[in-house]
This record gives sequence, structure tokens and C-alpha cells, in this order.
Amino acid sequence: MELTSTVFTAKAIYVGVIFAITLGVAAYSTYFERIFAAFFQDRVGPDRAGPFGILQPLADAVKMFMKEDFIPANSSKWLFILGPCLSMFTALMTSAVIPFGDTIDLGNGVKFDLQGIDVNIGILWVFGIVSLGVYGILVGGWASNNKYSLLGAIRAASQNISYELAMGLSIISILMMTGSLSTKAIVEAQQNGHWNILYQPVGFILFIICAFAECNRTPFDLPECETELIGGYHTEYSSMKLGFYLFAEYINMFVSGAVMATLYFGGYDYPFYETVVNSFGENVANFIGFGALIGKALFFVFVFMWVRWTLPRFRYDQLMNLGWTGLIPIAMFNVVWTGLIILLPAEFNLSSLASIGIAIAGIPVLIVGLFIYHSIAGGKKKKTALAR
Amino acid sequence: MKLSNRTKVLEQEELTLAERIYLPAIAGGMLTTLKHFFQKPVTIRYPEQKRYLGPVFRGHHILKRDQNGAERCTACGLCAVACPAEAISMVAEERKKGEETLYREEKYAKVYEINMLRCIFCGLCEEACPKEAIFLRHDKMVPVFNDRNEVIFGKDKLVEKMDDRYLRDGWK
Repeated sequence: MELTSTVFTAKAIYVGVIFAITLGVAAYSTYFERIFAAFFQDRVGPDRAGPFGILQPLADAVKMFMKEDFIPANSSKWLFILGPCLSMFTALMTSAVIPFGDTIDLGNGVKFDLQGIDVNIGILWVFGIVSLGVYGILVGGWASNNKYSLLGAIRAASQNISYELAMGLSIISILMMTGSLSTKAIVEAQQNGHWNILYQPVGFILFIICAFAECNRTPFDLPECETELIGGYHTEYSSMKLGFYLFAEYINMFVSGAVMATLYFGGYDYPFYETVVNSFGENVANFIGFGALIGKALFFVFVFMWVRWTLPRFRYDQLMNLGWTGLIPIAMFNVVWTGLIILLPAEFNLSSLASIGIAIAGIPVLIVGLFIYHSIAGGKKKKTALAR
Repeated sequence: MKLSNRTKVLEQEELTLAERIYLPAIAGGMLTTLKHFFQKPVTIRYPEQKRYLGPVFRGHHILKRDQNGAERCTACGLCAVACPAEAISMVAEERKKGEETLYREEKYAKVYEINMLRCIFCGLCEEACPKEAIFLRHDKMVPVFNDRNEVIFGKDKLVEKMDDRYLRDGWK
């Protein structure tokens, strides 16, 4: 009884901390998005609210709450309210299965995992929840009773479905290497520097592209394409309902950063782990690991912003073309090549260095394959037919 | 028909493989933006930081005094005539005995008013003035006013203070 209550309290505290971190990161992502946008454009950015403008998220929140909360007359009211709630809900649910750190020893032999729940279908859970997330947009867009909202919502839905295929295929390669769907097992297989990015460079590129599309971020932010759709699915939204949609987007960014760190960058693994364990003990080392994962996730948030202020938006047909005829075939190639990466070292007793070599050799093979395909099938295409 | 020989025929070539993969171009673009990320911002934070507007900027009006401190304006009204916005009005007065140190000419402006809502800062008053009495300062702007009563600037705001004289580079 004593044991379970300790674990229960620790779990409750942990969930609260993760919740707070997620919300805090999301709130400050809005601030850093504007600051980074300014830096990328040689400007200063928001610096009036508090020192360096660090109170800007508070000011934004106050502004959001003070705005008139408007519900269109002919909308379906309950669905209209449900939309942003669903978006927020699903965004917050995903982080439950991400292992933010290794086991912490609470004393008295009580071990505590820095992870919400270690389910054996961890990565499927992430997928399921992320796919649910699009319902928030879809329901909101539908309930608004507005053509532009509906078009934006349809775009979001079809885009998410298209890119989920390529994303799933790129994850299959990870699953082949790990042999488990559990996020914890995936991270543990990557300890001591055997990060999946070394074995899955192509898979990672596919995954990050799909993550951009899943989060509706530039260059794939067509659901909220201002020039065509006014505000997209949130055209009719105002006040904190709009705030929830925007907030959910930033939470999704952070969570997908954490997922990428978990799947490809060793999760909470970091160099010199053994040295830290020997000199400061395991708990300190694992807390540093927790920080390492947050740091990796934040780095990906930065990459999201970096890409946003670099690349222009895709056209809708380009988006679909890239997803279906570009990413999915490459992802399939990657699955096959992963088979080689697993099979060849096992067959000939090669070291892990050799499998990294095979993985990297996959890139030129892929490019040669693309070149052959390009000269046979795509060779007649003129420049005008493509993205410029 | 060819109007000039500067026409360029654009050959629409096939995209190379590197272009079709997109990623090299994206990496190049991201490097460019990263370079800008570390550059100094070009922003001038306006209310705190003001840039020099040049020696020919036309700002706050000033009614000059001569080197002895006597007002130069003789209330001839040429500035008011020249003013396209009809912003200037004045009342003339004859100089009394003993006021020679105050006013340079035998006639002076008892009241001299510029309506700052009308003024378009064209500088025609400055050009029209035969006594070199009115100028538009290059170093000072008309301050913001929040009330209609503050709009008309009288002599108290326009006449030059002897302890804070306005001198242009060319006059020195």
C-alpha cells in the first residue's frame, strides 16, 4: 500500500510537471516564434512587455481572453465549441507515452519511470492521437458554416491522411530495427550513441517532412492559407477558442519534436552518460537525460520555426504530388533498405559501424534510382511544370 | 515586331535531379536565413533612438533674433501671403522708444501665430521672408499635441531663446 501511494504521488507530480512544461513551452513558443522571425528578418521583435519582452505571452493571453467570444448565428454551436477542445485535448494527450527520462530511484527500492505510461503500443498511441487531432480542425471547420473554413478543414484532413502514410512507412523501418512498438524499448535500443539517425538518415528526413505536414506548419500550412482561404478552418473563430487552436499547434510542435528525439535522436541518451553516473549517481544522470530530451525537442521546435521563415508555402497539387509520388515510394525504398541494414550485418557478423555504412550507402543508391526514374519517366517535364 | 534588341529568349530547361530533389535548395535557403539570424538588426527603436534627418529637414518653426537679441521679424506679412495652407497670421505694432533692443525694425509682430494643423512644412515662408526671420529647424520636430487648444503656436513657442540659439552649419 505504501509503495503504490508513493508511486501514485510521484506519477501525479510527474504528469503535472510534464503538463506544465508542455504548456509553458507552447506559450513561450509563440514568443520565440516572433523573436526568431524578427531575427531571421534582421529585426528586433517584441521587446516591450517586460525585459526583452518575456511577458509577451501573458500580454497575448490577456488580449485573447478580452476579445469578444463570437459564435456565428448559423453554426452548429456545440460542434463549434467542441472543435478547439478536441484540438487541445489531443495535443496534450500525445506526450503521455513519450519517455522523458530513465528510471529514477525514489529510495526504499521504489523505482519510478519518467514516462506517463509505458504501453507496448506506444508509437501507435501517438499515431492514433495525432490522427484524432485532425478531427478538431475538421469539426471546427464544419461547424463554422463557412465555405473557407470548410475548405481549410478538408485540406487539413486530406493532407494529414496523405502524409500519415509516408510517416507510418518511415516508422516501420524503426520498428523493424527495434522489434517493438514501445517508445521505451525504442529509446533503450538507442542507448550509448546508437542513435537511429545514424541507421535511418533517409527515414528521418521523411519523418521530419511528414511532421511538418502533420503539424500544419509551413511549407505545408495550406489549411490556414490566408491568400486563398482567409483564415482557413479558424476563419470564424475568435477569442480563446482561436487561442486554443493556435496553442494546440505549438503544443503539437513541441510534442513532435519530442517524438523525433525519441525515435531518431536517442531519446534521453546523451554522451558521457557513464561518467556522470560514476561521479554524481544515477538519479542526477537521469535527470540530465530528462533535460537532454527537452533540449532535443526544443531544438526541433527551433528547426520548425527556422523552416517556417525560410520556405514559402506549397501549392496544393504540389503538396499532394510530393506526398503520394515522392515520399511514399522513397519510404518504401527505405523499408527495403532497412531490411538490408538488418540482414547483412547479421549474416556476415559485421559491426554496427558496417550497418551505419550500409545505411549511408542507401542515400547514393536512392539518388541513382531517382535519377534513372527521372530520366525514364519524368525527363520530359519542363521547368514550368514544377515548383519554382 | 522587335522594338529593341534587348529581348531575351528564355529557354525552359529541364530540371536537373538536384533541383527535383528540392533538398539541396532548401538547405541553401536555410543557410541564408541562418546567416541573417546572427546579423545585427537594422531597426532604429524610434521613440528612444532618433536618426539624423539631414541638414535640409523642415521641422519646428523658429523666429530668429539677431546677434544682439532683437527680433528680426518686421511683420511684413510676406510669409502669410506665401503660405499655401494659410497657416500664418500676425498682428503688427509700431516700435516704441526704448524698445530698440527688443525689435530690430521699426515695426514688429505683436502677435505671430502658426496653426500647426494647417502647416504643411513646405518651407515657403522661409523662402519668402526678406528679413531672414523665420526658419524651419532641421533638428527639431513639432511636438505631439493632444488638445485643440495646443494647436496654434504663438510667439512664446516660436521666438528663439537666446540661451538656446538655432544655428545652421552654413551660418557659422
